[in-house]
Amino acid sequence: MKTPAELKYTKNDEWIRVEGDIAIIGITDYAQDQLSDIVFVEIVALEGDSLDQGETCAVIESVKAAADVYLPIGGEIIAINESLMDSPELVNEDPFGNAWLIKVKMSDLSQLESLMDADTYQKLERDH
Amino acid sequence: MYTPHTQADRDAMLKVIGVKNLEDLFQGLPDKGKFPDLELPDGVSEMELLDELQYISSVNETPQELISFLGAGAYNHYIPAAVDNIMRRGEFLTAYTPYQPEIAQGTLQAIFEYQSLIAALTGMEVANASHYDGATAVAEAVNMAYHQFRGRKKKIVLSPSVNPHYRGTIHTYMQGIDLEIVGEDLDPEVSPDELIELIDEDTALVLVQYPDFFGRIYDLTKLGEAAHEKKALFSVHINPISLGMIKPPSVYDADIVTGEGQPLGIPMSFGGPYLGLFATKKQYVRKMAGRLAGETVDSKGQRGYVLTLNTREQHIRRENASSNICSNQGLIALASTIYLSLLGKSGLKELAELNYHKAHYAAEKMSTVPGFTVNPVQPFFNEFVVHCPLPATEINEMLLQHDIMGGYDLGVDYPGLKYELLVAVTELTSRSEIDHLVAVLEEEYHD
Repeated sequence: MKTPAELKYTKNDEWIRVEGDIAIIGITDYAQDQLSDIVFVEIVALEGDSLDQGETCAVIESVKAAADVYLPIGGEIIAINESLMDSPELVNEDPFGNAWLIKVKMSDLSQLESLMDADTYQKLERDH
Repeated sequence: MYTPHTQADRDAMLKVIGVKNLEDLFQGLPDKGKFPDLELPDGVSEMELLDELQYISSVNETPQELISFLGAGAYNHYIPAAVDNIMRRGEFLTAYTPYQPEIAQGTLQAIFEYQSLIAALTGMEVANASHYDGATAVAEAVNMAYHQFRGRKKKIVLSPSVNPHYRGTIHTYMQGIDLEIVGEDLDPEVSPDELIELIDEDTALVLVQYPDFFGRIYDLTKLGEAAHEKKALFSVHINPISLGMIKPPSVYDADIVTGEGQPLGIPMSFGGPYLGLFATKKQYVRKMAGRLAGETVDSKGQRGYVLTLNTREQHIRRENASSNICSNQGLIALASTIYLSLLGKSGLKELAELNYHKAHYAAEKMSTVPGFTVNPVQPFFNEFVVHCPLPATEINEMLLQHDIMGGYDLGVDYPGLKYELLVAVTELTSRSEIDHLVAVLEEEYHD
């Protein structure tokens, strides 16, 4: 299971790539593996929305489940990945690259401190 | 006998929750409502009971005994004997929710065929496995539109000429949700285009009935365009028989089509069980409520059927599902499938035309009676409004003396329409029955 060292993580299996005051957000390799074949991605947030940390920003549906994606860090949504609407399988194929979900202009950089580094995320205890 | 709990079971449960006896659980209820004396008569034998029930049912007045012009959402159509015969086959009659495709191919195929028929009839891309009745289907359309926009659009434009019972169901359904419903207080006698000025950016759905509650047929092109201009969904509630001859709602680019399926081979039976038709565009399918059967192939490449897009439903998506309805009207949907298959495309067209022509004959005849008028230019299907010289309730009382069930008294739902009678005519209404109605009106109300 890949866990790129330069990213930050949440216990809900989202990853965050920080570029200045912009956060790029997706779901982890572990998450896509657990969901299995992903058939639909609905990005609920719209460009220009201001959302708080923890609000639902997307729903990812696989052949066996539908999972909410919670915004790991609050701010203004500046981009959403439209290509996932037509190619949801990208989440399985390239979760850390082409399957980024949204870009957020962070409103409070101190929220980054609530996120985990790759090492801590890898060592999370799983129920299964 | 089915005994869910023994006294020992009950005692054990009471002990766990720390309550001495069962009665203590009802402490919160007022005394007068607790254990009231129901004064029920003593038990009777099966023979006596049957006798009693037959007496009670004999008091009913049915369209088999009286001449009926009642419609307003439930219609007296002929049901071919084959409908009941096929529907009562044991394989269909007892089948439960087809979660397991390996043992439910027959039920799943029937649902798939039902969906295909409804999609073809309405001109839409996809239909679900049905809802409980037309009212539920209409309410689910509102619910779906609300969820489609994730609650960002908070307004529904609802035509006053949608069946008042359906509108009541919408209000019940949407209780507690921050949603404004506008349009119902408009004059119900005006064209649906009057709704256009109510549509704005905050509108999630524009909902009309077609033919409307008064039987009228309007061109919905402008209304649909106005809804889409403001990025609202457009929903049209239909009478399935009428689609044998009038344009399907897909022509008006409807996003959702709902309907009451009762006219499709289902008896009126006091208002239920009925059948809720629901169809939409493929792009909205993930927000659609209800079951969906799909066609696929098995590991040997053979055609098979399976419930599909389950992840929309509440048993998987939990509180994030757009609706909590996952069940359908299996047996009643089957009845309508058999009915539509028996009629076929040309049969349905012929049936619709029969209804249309008989209703128009009745309207023409009734408008010749002094004091009674029917709008001469408004197109309608098998139901029309008659303006009466007296309150409709009085006309109906008089007609009943002549063994005629008159029309629906519109004053019940629309206080301004006390003199308006909604008259329905189907293929079962004979010419002589229509002539008899007209003769009675002439006799009673001549100058």
